[in-house]
Amino acid sequence: MRATPVISVMLLSALPAMLPMIATFPALPPLGLIAFVAWRRLRPELWSAWIGLPLGLWDDLFSGMPIGSAMFLWTIIVLAFEFVDYRLLWQDQWIDWLLAAAALAFAVFGGVALLALTGLDLSYRVVLPQLGWSLLIYPLAGRFVATLDRWRLKR
Amino acid sequence: MAPPRHRRPGYSRKAQIGLFASYVIAVVGAVLALLLVLLSRFDPSGFRALRQGAAEIFAPVARGGENVTGSVGSIDDTAAAYLRAGSQNKALRKELAAARRELLEARAIREENRQLKALLNLAKDNVETVAVTRLLGSTGSSARRYATLDAGRNRGIAIGMPIRADEGLIGRVLDVGPTVSRVLLLTDAENVVPVRRSRDGLPALAIGRGDGNVDIRALNTGVSDFTRGDIFVTSGTGGLYQPNTPVAIVVAKQSDGAVARPLAHPARVSAVMVERAFRDSADVKALPPAEGERDGDE
Repeated sequence: MRATPVISVMLLSALPAMLPMIATFPALPPLGLIAFVAWRRLRPELWSAWIGLPLGLWDDLFSGMPIGSAMFLWTIIVLAFEFVDYRLLWQDQWIDWLLAAAALAFAVFGGVALLALTGLDLSYRVVLPQLGWSLLIYPLAGRFVATLDRWRLKR
Repeated sequence: MAPPRHRRPGYSRKAQIGLFASYVIAVVGAVLALLLVLLSRFDPSGFRALRQGAAEIFAPVARGGENVTGSVGSIDDTAAAYLRAGSQNKALRKELAAARRELLEARAIREENRQLKALLNLAKDNVETVAVTRLLGSTGSSARRYATLDAGRNRGIAIGMPIRADEGLIGRVLDVGPTVSRVLLLTDAENVVPVRRSRDGLPALAIGRGDGNVDIRALNTGVSDFTRGDIFVTSGTGGLYQPNTPVAIVVAKQSDGAVARPLAHPARVSAVMVERAFRDSADVKALPPAEGERDGDE
């Protein structure tokens, strides 16, 4: 199915809001973003550079961040990946993880910076555990996305 | 391993222009998105309908998963209890002795309070509960602390109503939809609650830190004689929160105040009560209007 990547990212963006769990601190990793980065790393040719705008808008609706923050951060991530991919001659899983880690750190800290832009002062320490989880979970997310991709291509 | 395949437009003019156009759209879109973020600084309630709609769509899914809430929410607590059983036991004993003393005092005060209230002819319980319901889910993956409440306009919820559990304050209603509402939790950095110290009535503000705790700042600058274990309750100032709802207990001192842990953990409470805003409750309405006060003033 052509829409598999988009639908999987959208579902994972909405998942934290559906879980029966009331978090008093940012406990969950940003699942939508992780899936987004994993899909983009696995299949760069699937998505145009502007895909971060609609998917980011959807993520903003559920994450509670100001509308526009994920739209901005995700688009910057895609543009940065495009830039890097032109120069990358060789890649293994460690480079992939490193690039994803840079993207996730940018998005998580960037989110706090954008909140400061809206007049809300938060300590960057608040999101550190979340970032840690995200980095650890990324390789798993990569496996998950690859499985989905094989399923998508078989059909 | 070779790098992944990439969009190479080759010599096709059309493909080159298409690729360029996608970059232009992305850059322009990113700038617009940044403007949207800035816009929310001046209009925080913007896109309310969109967000409310999003919360409404997935509410049925969240309603199905209610039973796990307690167990998921208390995993960290259970683990921590095992790790520091010894020191915790000692601390708890000390706390129990103090609590026993205070309980006796409280009983006497309750009795006195009852008599005074009878003298004043106030209703026995001046808090009016609008609805008893539960929290469905929250924004666990971002730095903002919102939760979804399983009641909306259908049960008479209105914007600004305080939400509490038996143990203490949870937050207040931010948006109301047809069947669910969005709640700003006590720990969100945007939430400021006027409180006072239960022991001596020292006025202060409880400001969310975003990491599960709240900052306590004394209203009188220079005052910071907070000690661990100080309990803060709502003062009723501002007319939003019903007075004397427990809010937080101080866990650490700081140079300009204290860090306090909310007494009610939203993940561990099975039911929450939505109360009428303090200014709308019967007792306040029964008071004679103050000098120069107009109706409907906020």
